[in-house]
Amino acid sequence: MKFWIGVAATVALAAGLALSGTNEYFFYAGYVVLQFVVLATAWNILGGYAGYVNFGTAAFFGIGAYTAVVLFKAVGAPLGVQILAAACASGLLGFGTGLLTLRLRGIFFSIATVAVIFIMHTAIVNWRYVGGATGVQLLRPPAMPLFDSYTRMLFVVMAVLAVAGVCIARYIEVSWIGRGLRAIRDSEEAAECSGVPTLKLKLFACTVSGALMGAAGAPLPMYMSFLEPASSFDLNYSVSALAMPMIGGTSHWLGPVIGAILLGSVQQIVTVTISNEINVLVVGVLLVVFVVAAPDGVLGLLRKLKWLHRSSR
Amino acid sequence: MLFGILVGCFYAAVSVGLSVAFGLLDVPHVAHPALMVLGSYCTYLLGRYGWDPIVAGIALTPLFFLLGVAIYRFYYETFEKRGSDAGVRGLAFFFGLAFIIEVGLILVFGVDQRMVEADYIGKSLSLGGYRIPWRLLVAFGVALLLTAALTLYLSRTFTGRAIKAVAQDEPALRLMGANPVRIKQWAFGIATAVTALAGAMLIVVGPVEPSLDRVYIGRTFCVVVLAGLGSMTGTLLAGLILGVSESIVLTLFGASWAPAVAFGLLLVVLGIRPQGLFGR
Amino acid sequence: MAPPLLQITGVSKHFGGFAALSEVSLEVAPGERFGLIGPNGSGKTTLINCVSGALRNESGSIVFDGAEISRLPAYQRTRRGIARSFQIPRPFKTMSVLENLVVPLEYVAHRRTLHTADTWDEAMAILRQMGMAEKADSPSNLLSQVELRKLELARAMAARPRLLISDEAMAGLAGNEVDEVLKILFDLNATGITIIMIEHIMQAVMRFSQRVICLDAGRIICEGAPAEIVKNPDVQKAYLGA
Repeated sequence: MKFWIGVAATVALAAGLALSGTNEYFFYAGYVVLQFVVLATAWNILGGYAGYVNFGTAAFFGIGAYTAVVLFKAVGAPLGVQILAAACASGLLGFGTGLLTLRLRGIFFSIATVAVIFIMHTAIVNWRYVGGATGVQLLRPPAMPLFDSYTRMLFVVMAVLAVAGVCIARYIEVSWIGRGLRAIRDSEEAAECSGVPTLKLKLFACTVSGALMGAAGAPLPMYMSFLEPASSFDLNYSVSALAMPMIGGTSHWLGPVIGAILLGSVQQIVTVTISNEINVLVVGVLLVVFVVAAPDGVLGLLRKLKWLHRSSR
Repeated sequence: MLFGILVGCFYAAVSVGLSVAFGLLDVPHVAHPALMVLGSYCTYLLGRYGWDPIVAGIALTPLFFLLGVAIYRFYYETFEKRGSDAGVRGLAFFFGLAFIIEVGLILVFGVDQRMVEADYIGKSLSLGGYRIPWRLLVAFGVALLLTAALTLYLSRTFTGRAIKAVAQDEPALRLMGANPVRIKQWAFGIATAVTALAGAMLIVVGPVEPSLDRVYIGRTFCVVVLAGLGSMTGTLLAGLILGVSESIVLTLFGASWAPAVAFGLLLVVLGIRPQGLFGR
Repeated sequence: MAPPLLQITGVSKHFGGFAALSEVSLEVAPGERFGLIGPNGSGKTTLINCVSGALRNESGSIVFDGAEISRLPAYQRTRRGIARSFQIPRPFKTMSVLENLVVPLEYVAHRRTLHTADTWDEAMAILRQMGMAEKADSPSNLLSQVELRKLELARAMAARPRLLISDEAMAGLAGNEVDEVLKILFDLNATGITIIMIEHIMQAVMRFSQRVICLDAGRIICEGAPAEIVKNPDVQKAYLGA
């Protein structure tokens, strides 16, 4: 119950902010942070619950963005349709990648996901219709009547996606599916012998996770009014999506959210005040520090301090 | 075609280190290519003081050996020993490490391409109508020597055989009174030392930029997986296969498709024959 | 005579050039207490890996309850009624003891119904049966050896098996702990569950089993009542070395 009140409050807050007179830059940056909430949450469904490390966030994200571009260019599809189609395309990509490599040990899956980024990147670079390597310029349609600017509308859209992603992740986590995924992470053989269809479950997680990443990428072309392969298939998305749950804590849906908000905000501040390179360095260093020193992330630290009780679910 | 063979040998040489670290020691070393690029930049630095890249590469090996020992020691203490979730967190650790190295290089050297100077760079050997750049030949020669030396080392010396044994049966080795951790540490050191030399060749073959490690994640893992984990002769052959396929794609479809070759080949191998061509 | 619950015919398995199992055939009757012995590396664990689905046999057939199962994935075999414990305990270490049992209950017994309260009650009942009720909420990575072994059996039981394969559930336990585990297995058998026991502790297998098969180098070298097996010269040779 508490959770659903939180959900309603978050959506209301996002909409309220967007309709109020807050500084435009807030939405510009907030959009990026929320986008990372979706990516981190999506990553955690497979990586955190089932223990399969996905390095390919950038591929799923990029394919989502390009699906949106194609639909927009071809038939002028509305944003909602773009997002749905992007989720389907990236979900399908997740299913395919999973089918090919989820039978193998985790490391092979991880390497394969890096491969998917480069293959998709190369394919898009060689596809003239979407602008090839130079990218494609897009003209934003007018924002919906209630909103002052398109960025504000996208901010609310991304907030809704983030909330939806968290709801999906939380449902998976507390249901039998999540218990099966955790069983896989703890011991795949024992899980299989306890009747858990491990391959099917992993494929499911990989598909859902990919679909969410795709959905997160779909509004990107509209956000930037422009899209090019180098920045949309950037490996930085992959590290961030992996670092955020690791920093927040992978065992609880709240972990990726905390990680994304913390790291995402720091990134925004560092990018503006110092430079983009330092920003990536911060992510890398924090990732290594947390992985080594605080394996259960911020949530684990909080739990140790007894701030958070086990009943928080 | 000939070009493919030369480059293929080079690919094999840049992958042997990973073949030891990942294939034999089972360490998910995704930072291997980043270390290699680091080696290239160290070579570049020494090159500014007039060092020949190959000499610089060799001079760097002891340093990289120590670096490798340190990395393994750290990895062992924090992940392997505790055993909990080593897979996920170990991978994240190396991925993070790769990024730190890459960004560190960007901060120090900038994103521009760097190259070295030596007598054999820029000149070509004419051979029956073909022009073969000397730099490729040099890299080819060093690559062959390096792979051969490592193969001999692993099969002929006591430590070499111990490294192979540790991959197959750790408890047995412990019973024989050898310390598996020290052997692994040593092996990882060697793998990293070899990487320094590979990095030196990388900058001989062509200009280097900090983000070059990303493409080489695909090339090195492709070679190691295709070879069958830990097989040295397999590594050489797999490198050749990759080099030749890349040059074929390059001539048929153009340069813009080339980066995908290694990754595509890798996916195909994983999907069809994950134990590799020469796997157990 | 009732048809066998498990019928293995001509099963072989190779690892590279090494024949781990060659042409093994055996039958286990419903309700039987069946012992499988043999020296280290004789193929016992390979055989039950083939039965439980962790490995695929290369030739031969494995028929369970009248149906060929040797091509089914492991989880489907578990759903048909074959459960096993692991020689080296593999608890779901991030879960509580009780939750460990909920996994098989949710994925096998209560698959179609989603009455979670029932599921947790049943898990608790199984723990009580094993004498582990007071450990229900403790994290499973803090258990002692004997508790881990019991958890293995309890989790296998939660899959509501008709055939339970106990893979060295007593290795490394003290005498009174062995008796404790034996009693649990006897009790389970009394409720009609067929049990295959793989064990190194001779005394325990001999006390428990109605019939014993001895494997050596991937072949069955003899089969019979416990008393006959101990006297068999081949068995003595296999164990003591020739």
